[in-house]
Amino acid sequence: MKTVKHKILVLSGKGGVGKSTFSAHLAHGLAEDENTQIALLDIDICGPSIPKIMGLEGEQVHQSGSGWSPVYMEDNLGVMSVGFLLSSPDDAVIWRGPKKNGMIKQFLRDVDWGEVDYLIVDTPPGTSDEHLSVVQYLAAAHIDGAVIITTPQEVSLQDVRKEINFCRKVKLPIIGVVENMSGFICPKCKKESQIFPPTTGGAELMCKDLEVPLLGRVPLDPLIGKNCDKGQSFLIDAPDSPATLAYRSIIQKIQEFCNLRQSEEENLISS
Amino acid sequence: MEAAAAEPGNLAGVRHIILVLSGKGGVGKSTISTELALALHHAGKKVGILDVDLCGPSIPRMLGAQGRAVHQCDRGWAPVFLDREQSISLMSVGFLLEKPDEAVVWRGPKKNALIKQFVSDVAWGELDFLVVDTPPGTSDEHMATVEALRPYQPLGALVVTTPQAVSVGDVRRELTFCRKTGLRVMGIVENMSGFTCPHCAECISVFSRGGGEELARLAGVPFLGSVPLDPELTRSLEEGHDFIQEFPGSPAFAALSSIAQKILDTTPMCLP
Repeated sequence: MKTVKHKILVLSGKGGVGKSTFSAHLAHGLAEDENTQIALLDIDICGPSIPKIMGLEGEQVHQSGSGWSPVYMEDNLGVMSVGFLLSSPDDAVIWRGPKKNGMIKQFLRDVDWGEVDYLIVDTPPGTSDEHLSVVQYLAAAHIDGAVIITTPQEVSLQDVRKEINFCRKVKLPIIGVVENMSGFICPKCKKESQIFPPTTGGAELMCKDLEVPLLGRVPLDPLIGKNCDKGQSFLIDAPDSPATLAYRSIIQKIQEFCNLRQSEEENLISS
Repeated sequence: MEAAAAEPGNLAGVRHIILVLSGKGGVGKSTISTELALALHHAGKKVGILDVDLCGPSIPRMLGAQGRAVHQCDRGWAPVFLDREQSISLMSVGFLLEKPDEAVVWRGPKKNALIKQFVSDVAWGELDFLVVDTPPGTSDEHMATVEALRPYQPLGALVVTTPQAVSVGDVRRELTFCRKTGLRVMGIVENMSGFTCPHCAECISVFSRGGGEELARLAGVPFLGSVPLDPELTRSLEEGHDFIQEFPGSPAFAALSSIAQKILDTTPMCLP
C-alpha cells in the first residue's frame, strides 16, 4: 500500500444503486490520462460484478515472486476481483465473515499493484464484515475518503444515512455523495421523467441535513446498462450523454479533493 | 401431557414458507416480497413477512409500519399486525433499531444469532404463507436463514433479477447457492423490466433486456414473469400505501398478481 498515492472507497448502504458502475467509470475516467496509474479493487466477494463491467470476464490472475498480478485492462489500469479466482460463472462464493475477511486481507496485502496514483475500492452493499475489514486494514495506510452512492428514493437514502454514520463512527472522511439514476430522459421524445422519485427530497436534502457534499447527480441512460453488459466504457461510447457530463464533473471533484488532501498533508509535514 | 410432546416451535402453524433471494443488490427483493405478500393476502390468505436484511431493513417503511413497537408475549416476540383482522403481519430488525439512522455494523456470528432468534422466536400463529425477504448475497445471513428454516421445509425460493447481464451474472451464483443448500427454486422473477415513458408511451429497456428468461432457461427453472418499472409503485411504497388496492390499473399490478396466482396454483393447499 506504500506505493499507492490515493485510496478511495466507493460505498453505499443500499444494493443496486450503481456502486460498481460508478467505480468502473471512475477508473475509466481517471485512466484516460495515460500518465496516471489506476488500480480498481473489487471486494464484493459474493457478487463480484467488476470483471463483467470492465469486459474482463474469464481472465485469470497470475502469481509471481512479488505477489498476485492484477489483470490489466490498459497499461495504466489494473483490476483485481474475486471474480477472477472463480473458474465458472455459476460458482457461488458462500463464505462466512472470517473467510471473506481473509480474502480481503490478501487482496490488500498480496497484490503487486506497483506504483499507483489512485486505488479505487468497490464494496458490496451493507455495513458488515467486508466494510469493517477494509477500513481496519487500510486505516494505517490512510484512506483519502469515501464516495457514497445513492438513488433518489427514501428506501435508498434510509440505508445511505446509516452508511454516512458508519463512516463517521470509523472516522472515514467522506468525499461526498453521488445521486445516481436521477431522472430519465426518454431517448425518443427527449422529455424527462422520474423513474425513482425523490419522495423525501432526494440526496440534496439528505446532504444538506447531514452536512455532506453532494458531488453530483447522474441521470439514467439506457446506454449505461448496455455498456456495462458489454464491458465497455460508457464515457467513450456516449461522450455527449448528460450522464457522461455528470460523471466527468464528479470525477473532477474527486480529483480535486484528493489533491487538496495531499497538499494539506505536505504542508503539515513541512511545517 | 404437554411435556411428552416435542416443542413444535413458533413456525409449526405456518403452512408455506417462501424465501425471496437474489445474488444482486437493488433488484427489488423487498419490493417483490412486499407485493407478493399483499397479492397473496388479497387472494384471501393469511400472510406473514419476515425481513432478515439486518443492514438494510426496508419493509417497515414500505408497509407504513415504521416506528411500531415490538412486544414480547409468552411464546416469544409478537409480530406487528398491519390490519385489524390480524391477517397480515411483519417482523423486521427495523423495529428493533432505536434510531433508524443507526447502522447495524455487525460481523457474521452476531447476525447469525439474531436471525436464528428471528426465525424461532416470533410468535406467528397460524399462517398460510410466510414470505422471507433476504439481503443480497450468499453469506452468513443466507446460510443462517436456510439452516434455521430447513426443519420447516420451505416451499422454496423465488429468485429476483433485473434484465441486465450484470444482474444475471450475480444471480447465477445465487442459483448455485440454492442448489448447494438444497433449497428448491420456485422460479425467476425479472424486475425493472422496461419503462413506459409517460410523455410519449414508448417502452424503453432502461436496464437492458432478456436477462430473466435467459437465466431461467440456463438454470432450467420456471420463469414466473416480468415486472415493469412503475414510478407510481415506487412512490406508493415509499409512502407506505396499499399499492395493490390503489393502483389496479398499473402494469406492475397485473404482473404481480399473475406471479402470485402461479404460486397459488402450484402450492398444495389441501388441509393436512
